[in-house]
Amino acid sequence: MSELTSKTIAQLRDGFRDGDFSAREVATDFNAAVVAGRALNAWTVETPELALAAADEADLARVAGGLKPLSGIPIGIKDLFCTEGVASTTGSNILKGFKPPYESTVSGKLKDAGAGMLGKLNMDEFAMGSSNETSAYGPVISPWKRNDGGNVALTPGGSSGGSAAAVAAGIAPGVTGTDTGGSIRQPAAFVGISGIKPTYGRCSRWGIVAFASSLDQAGPMAKDVRDCAILLETMCGFDPKDATSLDIAVPQWEAGLSSDLKGKRVGIPKEYRIDGVPDEINALWDQGIAWLKDAGAEIVEISLPHTKYALPTYYIIAPAEASSNLARYDGVRYGLREMGVKSLDDMYAATRDTGFGAEVKRRIMIGTYVLSAGYYDAYFTKAQKVRTLIKRDFAEAFAQCDLILTPTAPSAAFGLGEKMSDPLAMYLNDVFAVPASLAGLPAMSVPGGVDALGLPLGLHLIGRELDEQSVFNAGLAIEERAGFTARAEKWW
Amino acid sequence: MSVTEKEVRHVAKLARLALSDAEIDKMVPELNNILGWVEQLGEVNTDGVEPLTAVIDLKLRLRDDVVTDGDVRDKVLLNAPDAQHGFFAVPKVIE
Repeated sequence: MSELTSKTIAQLRDGFRDGDFSAREVATDFNAAVVAGRALNAWTVETPELALAAADEADLARVAGGLKPLSGIPIGIKDLFCTEGVASTTGSNILKGFKPPYESTVSGKLKDAGAGMLGKLNMDEFAMGSSNETSAYGPVISPWKRNDGGNVALTPGGSSGGSAAAVAAGIAPGVTGTDTGGSIRQPAAFVGISGIKPTYGRCSRWGIVAFASSLDQAGPMAKDVRDCAILLETMCGFDPKDATSLDIAVPQWEAGLSSDLKGKRVGIPKEYRIDGVPDEINALWDQGIAWLKDAGAEIVEISLPHTKYALPTYYIIAPAEASSNLARYDGVRYGLREMGVKSLDDMYAATRDTGFGAEVKRRIMIGTYVLSAGYYDAYFTKAQKVRTLIKRDFAEAFAQCDLILTPTAPSAAFGLGEKMSDPLAMYLNDVFAVPASLAGLPAMSVPGGVDALGLPLGLHLIGRELDEQSVFNAGLAIEERAGFTARAEKWW
Repeated sequence: MSVTEKEVRHVAKLARLALSDAEIDKMVPELNNILGWVEQLGEVNTDGVEPLTAVIDLKLRLRDDVVTDGDVRDKVLLNAPDAQHGFFAVPKVIE
């Protein structure tokens, strides 16, 4: 990392405003880092010219007036945000070459706030995966290595794997991710950075390629809690183009940051102590409890009795919604079309077989099955009922506490290829992340420490609906106490 | 419940996926594995529980019945694999 690429967004913003460096210098250094980091396979498209154009605008504004909240800050955008004139392919062959003539609301807000785009970030195909290995562009390689002398290539997590790797490697100071069942939080934990999924409805879904619409939420990933607060303030806000967008004011989370947790009660759900989780992760959880106590919080044991049913519920609801959302990829209006077939029906089926990867097809099949005649009630309706109970669990828990602390993931980053042959083993990676998604609650991962092999482990904070501030504040309290300074040693 | 090869072929047809025989063979045990696992939801008593339909409290918004968009035909067709005469073109559907 150069001097500039090692800085946080807050440091870049303030240093640029103080005249310590120009926006062009910042963009130039990050553009160079993108090129130097190609071995990580974190990007699907590089847009250095867009980063420079925004930087020049920022430099001009610094002289002429009219600075915006993110003037001088280059960022990366996950590939499933539609970006005007720039290929947006959601890591899939079926959208190869698709250049939207419009901009997603969230990426548009970031650009309107002055941010420049470094490029589009690699991801699991349609955000379906927990290791970035389902991408049509190939897996992202984590910048992290185990300290055992081996040279195993590790996953940065998924589905926002390119986003995670780019921040951890100092290639982008901040990025967008999306989280349907942990796709921001698990990768953030795997690479030792922070990431938050806000309350469902805070970020507009318009222009974000849909996976499971009742779960999908955009959110930021960055080096620390403050940077996440800065980005999220810009990303959120009412959008009439999204029917589930919340028409409420966006709080000033950065200004509200405080690591003093006096008067806050933090719940520790006993059902999250599950078999097979390494001792190191439970030990870090205990350490997190001690840190929050030290910050003034009161710790209470809580119960979320339906926790063990969250993953199976998710793996009915998410594929069901996906099978419906992905019906639009038919080779007619955009993306791939498989020719050489006789009928329109054959064209649909051939296009979809060629265009989708194995995991996406698997989920379309599960989703189609659980929605099909005769099985709808047994699977889909049942899952929606259990989802009600999971949401109720949280509502009852929040009568006794203000926040919930858990580990982010049940393991540290694993090696590429280790879990690809067993879909269920891969799904279990999101065991701690999925319940908050099903309940639409804000949830964040912050780095807590490293395991015996030197790999980052994350702590996970879940807040009440719309109470991102408490999540940020507890995240900050952990950040200050964890003193997490470990960085991936540069090998790329 | 377990799915048979015949059912998997039927679901693939519903989903408009031209899966190869090899893909079908692989998918039958995979789907059975996943469906067997999600069936643990049967243990949960959901009598009298309403299915969740909206994760946040939302009121359906109304807006004025006016045109807010349109006149973007060329943009709509911009990414079409085959656009002719201002339309999306597809293989012949009438014999």
